[in-house]
Amino acid sequence: MGFEVTQNGEVTLVEVEGQLIVGNRQELKQQVLEQLEGGDKKFVIDFAKTGYIDSSGLGVLVSLSKKIREQGGELRLSSLNEDLRTLFELTKLDTLFRIADTKEQALEGF
Amino acid sequence: MAAERIPQEQDLVLELPTDIRSIEHAVDYVMRRCRNCSEQERRLDFNFRVGLTEALSNAMLYGNSRDPSKRVLVEVALQGGRLEARVTDQGVGFDPTIVPDPTSPENLAKPCGRGLFLMRQLLDEVSYNDQGNQVTLVLRLQSGGILEGGVQA
Repeated sequence: MGFEVTQNGEVTLVEVEGQLIVGNRQELKQQVLEQLEGGDKKFVIDFAKTGYIDSSGLGVLVSLSKKIREQGGELRLSSLNEDLRTLFELTKLDTLFRIADTKEQALEGF
Repeated sequence: MAAERIPQEQDLVLELPTDIRSIEHAVDYVMRRCRNCSEQERRLDFNFRVGLTEALSNAMLYGNSRDPSKRVLVEVALQGGRLEARVTDQGVGFDPTIVPDPTSPENLAKPCGRGLFLMRQLLDEVSYNDQGNQVTLVLRLQSGGILEGGVQA
């Protein structure tokens, strides 16, 4: 379980491995905020290797999206599996985020 | 991670410390003990897993207010295709009827308040005791299932 951060041109790509839950949400938040404070504006968080996100994980994504927007940037999400998409649809967070099918699509034209 | 109690037939009982790092292990442990047929796999592995995780998070974060001296009791039972998990914290309780709808436009961008909503959406029954410090989650499994005994934490 962890987060892999890579730079793709101007876009910071964060790949979540395992789960994004109450126990590790602060680690993701800290990593993204450090990049944001360093001047990064464009972020993609990819969930291709993610099994589960809990409500705390959803909450940290909402919080990060707001902070990034306040700095004039954007957070996009990608690669939600069927279960994760269900969580976003139930909570209507699919209306709050731009969600791509793959990280390549999310990075494209960012 | 967890203290054990002597399980009744078809029951699992765990007593957890208030430590959010224990949630993932506890849920994985319960899920490993719940076996079912393939057509029910998603409802069990997704709906029940989400519900139990959210119940444990709420118990530790809000019920016990992260107080490490307090415990969370988890009791899981399967009878006649009815999988039931009861999660009890040592807090003062809360009124679940006043929790706002996180999907309403004014709440959509708030970072918290989705745990109980997800439980209610994904489980067949969600109920609280009068004090509000114990939640009972029920998932109905059409084809029954097996809850393995032999609690080990």
